[in-house]
This record gives sequence, C-alpha cells and structure tokens, in this order.
Amino acid sequence: MNSYAPILVLGGLAAGFAIFSVVSGMLTGPKRYNRAKLEAYECGIEPTPQPVGGGRFPVKYYLTAMLFIIFDIEIVFLYPWAVRFDSLGWFGLVEMVFFILTVFVAYGYVWRRGGLEWD
Amino acid sequence: MSVLTSLLAASPGDPTNPGGGLGGATSTVTNTFTAPHVEYRALMPMLVVFGAATVGILIEAFLPRTRRYWPQVGVSLAGVVVAFCFVVANHGMAETTAADAVSVDGVTLFLQGTILLLALLALLLVAERGTGLVDLDAFTAQGATTPGSGGERAADAAGLRTTEVFPLMLFSVGGMLLFPAANDLLTSFVALEVLSLPLYLLCGLARRRRLLSQEAAMKYFLLGAFSSAFFLYGVALLYGYAGSVRLSDIATAITSSPHSDVLVLAGVALLAVGLLFKVGAVPFHAWTPDVYQGAPTPITAFMAAATKVAAFGALLRITYVALPGLRWDWRPVLWGVAILTMLVGAILAITQRDIKRMLAYSAILNAGYILLGVISTTSKGVSSTLFYLAAYGFATIGAFAVVTLVRESVRGGSDSGDGGEEDSVTVGGEATDLSAWAGLGRRSPLLAACFTVFMLAFAGIPLTSGFTGKFALFTAAIDGGAWPLVIVGVIASAAAAFFYVRVIVLMYFSEPLREQGAGPIVVVPSPMTTVALTVTVALTIALGVLPQMALDLADKAAYFVQ
Repeated sequence: MNSYAPILVLGGLAAGFAIFSVVSGMLTGPKRYNRAKLEAYECGIEPTPQPVGGGRFPVKYYLTAMLFIIFDIEIVFLYPWAVRFDSLGWFGLVEMVFFILTVFVAYGYVWRRGGLEWD
Repeated sequence: MSVLTSLLAASPGDPTNPGGGLGGATSTVTNTFTAPHVEYRALMPMLVVFGAATVGILIEAFLPRTRRYWPQVGVSLAGVVVAFCFVVANHGMAETTAADAVSVDGVTLFLQGTILLLALLALLLVAERGTGLVDLDAFTAQGATTPGSGGERAADAAGLRTTEVFPLMLFSVGGMLLFPAANDLLTSFVALEVLSLPLYLLCGLARRRRLLSQEAAMKYFLLGAFSSAFFLYGVALLYGYAGSVRLSDIATAITSSPHSDVLVLAGVALLAVGLLFKVGAVPFHAWTPDVYQGAPTPITAFMAAATKVAAFGALLRITYVALPGLRWDWRPVLWGVAILTMLVGAILAITQRDIKRMLAYSAILNAGYILLGVISTTSKGVSSTLFYLAAYGFATIGAFAVVTLVRESVRGGSDSGDGGEEDSVTVGGEATDLSAWAGLGRRSPLLAACFTVFMLAFAGIPLTSGFTGKFALFTAAIDGGAWPLVIVGVIASAAAAFFYVRVIVLMYFSEPLREQGAGPIVVVPSPMTTVALTVTVALTIALGVLPQMALDLADKAAYFVQ
C-alpha cells in the first residue's frame, strides 16, 4: 500500500489544482461576452449550420491525421528494434526490412493517389 | 504481413523472456532473445493471401484506372487458389508456430479451406460487372461522393469503377484465416480487427440505395468497435487471472490457480460478448438484419458465409482449448443463448417482407443451430460444426447470388425517346421485396430451381446439405446430453420450414406481379456469377446425396493442438 501513496498524493494535487484554477478563474476573471467567445477555437470545421443538403467539407485534416498514424506506427516498431539491434540479429533485420517494405506499399499508394497533395 | 509476424514474435507468451524485463533487469534481458522458430509452410496460406492483397494495393497505386479491373481479379483469384493449395498440402499437420501464437491443426486447416473456397465464390460475385448489355456492378463508382450528388452521377456516367474492393476482400480473408488459428488471445484480437475493418468499409460501398448502405456501414462499425472493446477487456481480465494470454496457459491456470473465479468468469463473459457478436447470436444479433440488407449483396454473401465460419472457428478453439475446465459455467449460458437465437431467428424471419432481411434472420437461426455443436463438447460436436459451417456457407453464397440477379425494371430510361416499348425498360436495383418474387418460377425456371435448392437446404429437407448437417449436429448434441436443445432446434426448424417453403410457393404458385407490365426482371449475368451459382448448387446437392466423404474429412479434422 505504501508504494501507492505517491500516486494518491499526485492525484490529490492534480484534482486540487484543477479545482483551484477553475474556481479562481470564475471568481477573479473579467467577464466580457462577445460573438468570438461562442466560436469553435481552432477546432476543425464549423459543426453548425450544416451546409445545404449535407454539402461538402474539407477532409484534409483527417487524411493528414491518418497518414500520420501510418508513419507513427512504423516508428513505434522501429525504436525497440533499434535499441535491441544487437541481440535481435539477422532475424530482426529481415523482419524489419519486410515490415518497412509493407509500409512503403502504403506510402506508395498514398503518394500515387494524391494523398500527399494539400490542394 | 511482417507487421503480423513481428507482433507474433513479440507476444507476451514468449517463454524465453518471462516478466518482460521491466524493473531494471536489463542484464538478464540482453542476451536471452532467441529468434522464434517460424514454420513458414504452416503460415503460407495467410502469407499468400496477405501478399496478394499487397500486390492489389500496388495495382491500385500504379495502374491507370481503366486497366485495374482484370489484374485485380486475376491476382485475387490466384492468391486464394494458391493459398487453398497450401492448405491442402498441409493436411494432417499438428503444430504451433511463431512463438506458439498460431496453431495449425485439423480444425484450423478444415476451416481455412472452407473460408478460402467461400472467398473464391464470393470473389466471383464481387467481380461481377455484367455483360455488354446490362451493367451489374454492385459497387459505387466513388465511395467518397455523397449519395445522389452530382459528383456521384458524373463518376457513374464516366464509367469509373471501384477496384479497391479486391484488396479489401483479401485483407479480410487473411484475417479470417488467422482467426480460427490464433493460439493466444492477442493474436485472436489482431485477427478479429484485420477481418472486421475491411468489412466495415465494404458494407458502405453499395452502388444503389447508398443511404441504406452507408447506414449499414456506420452501424456495423460502431457496434463492431464496441464488441471489439468488450473482447479486449475480456482478454485483459484473463491475462490478469492467468498471467498469460496463451490459450493452453489459461486452461492450466483455470484448473490449478488459487485465485478467485470472479476474474476468469468476468473475462470469459466479456470475451463471449465479442465472439457472439461476430457470430450474430441473440442477444447480440441486432446489427445483422440492417447490415445484411444495406451492404452490397456480394459482400453480404461473403459476410454471412465466411465471417461466420471464422468466428465459430475462434469460438470453438477458445472454448475447447482454453476453457474446458470451466465447462460447467459457460455451457448453461450458451444453452440460453442457443435457445434464444433459434427462437428469435425463426420467429422474426417469418415476419420479414424483404428477402435480404429474411436471409439475415435465417443466418441468425443457423448460428443457433451451430451453437449446438459447440455446446456438445465432444469430438463429434466439433466435426458436425465443421461440416455444418461448410454446408451452410455454400448455400448462403448461392442464395445471395440468386438475389443479385432478380432486378427491378425501371421504365423510361434516360434516352428512351424513340425506342420501342421493350427498349425503354432498364435494369434497376435488386428487387428484394418478397412480393416481387411472385411467379418467378414461370419467368425464369432455372433460377427459381436454384433458389429452391438453397431454401430446401436451409429448411433441412433430405437430399440437401442442410439435412445432413442438421442431422449430424443434432446427433452430436444428444450425445453431449443437450437433448432439450435438440427439441427446441426441431421446433425452430419446423417454424423455419414455413418461411423457406413460403418463398418456394410464392415463386411457383403465385401470379406474377403485373403493375403496368413492369414486374421484376431476371438478368443474365456474366460467367462469373453463373460459375458461382452452379458450384454452390452442385455442392449443396452433393453434400446431401453423397455426404460421406465430407463427413469423414470433418471427422478426421476434429483435433486441436494445445
């Protein structure tokens, strides 16, 4: 139980800080309402009003985010392999080459189908 | 594929590295890695299918749009056929490989062979693009355009084709091959996701009734994601209980562990939710009718047949290899699920007016029957389950193949100004309303005869595969002591015979619909669908008339390796 005490203390501190910030902001901060306060702040598309008939909206952000995941996953597997390169030996190297080749296939698909063009 | 092998190699069940080397024990970890022995021959079916899918992606990337269709068809069919040859060559194998993550035994090989045959037939349906006269492409020209928009019409008019469906199908097939073979729960989960994710996409690609199709994809995705989360939570609890995700380790932990049973029971319950969802058993069946109705019919055929085979394979392996020690806990639950599944499937199917929804409820009903084989916990139960899955799969693909051919006729096509009465009728979407099928026997005797064979097989009439399969299942269940379930099964069969035979009566003894002279029309497909239909009819009759060879094969295949 003793070894869990720091975690509890950390949790208590975090909760206390969150409550303190919100309450002190409410009590002391100035309150000036205007239209800009009601808008989504740098958070993608405007959810309302919807364009007529469903309409179109840009999906560039989503595409970029998905591409990020492809390369992100690649790195997740590359790091442990690089750290343990010596002990993994030839088996690890061959597996990694195959892995990177399949990632390149995905990359080639994205590149040829215009996923990397912003406009 | 190498993602998969590297995942397998790093699976926590690796005996050379117990504890994973947290806690600063670096000196012990450094040199303990031994490359896991990978028996590539045992993995070949999966490697070939995934390889073909990767080639398919390259075709999508580097060939011009108009030239992709034939290479895709060729690569997909070749991949599935070669993989099937490897399965046949591996017969009699009994071993685990890739750090014990994959077990290749009789059950695995039988189910992999079944899945590959079903996938081959489904690929033929997916590849159907019609003849020069009629366009039977089931898939939207551009999945990204909104239904009914100008962009969609423009893509259709330009003759654009969706060929991504082939690599997507192959990835799904690869996941299905791995699912029944997975020997630890993490591999199971990876396989479950690999088979599901492409299916979610494929469901949304129907060319006609786009909104229904997108609704189906959305529902399937959301509910499937939920059920995957349940499955994963169950895996976590079982790992907490047994300290391993490998099935045989869990089995030993259950018989010897001093821990309380709460963790393992909760884990198994959550695992069962995930598996029964994929199988489509009540009370996790609610997605089935909507998704089967909305998805493009060739994909529905593929889902209804192959997914069920893969999911029941995984259910068999997990219950028989990991949970025999808990038999007295999970059997009563599955009893309840089986009874509910059979009754709900049979009763709700009677009320359906749409042929695809009716077949969906029939799929639920059949899941109930197959659960009987799982419950019996005997080797006879395993072999009858294997046989029934194959028999049911072929009949299902055939039945949905017939559905793709009965079309609505649309009067007054786009350029029918000077044509005669006959020329102005164009082929529309599938006529899925049951009333449209009235009098089909007079209009197209051959097609109606094919559909009759499948309906009789589903109803379990002698001399069809359904009778042999049901007989084997019910016998196995009685041997396993589950005779009350057999009584419910027989009652459900009697109720089910009513709606199956009703379609036959409708086709042969009802007056055809004659609203303004434009009832449904039966289109003539390209050889693809014709071959698929012929093969499924032949197999359905063959498994009913001369079932002994297939039954022996299933008997011989009913063994697991730990």
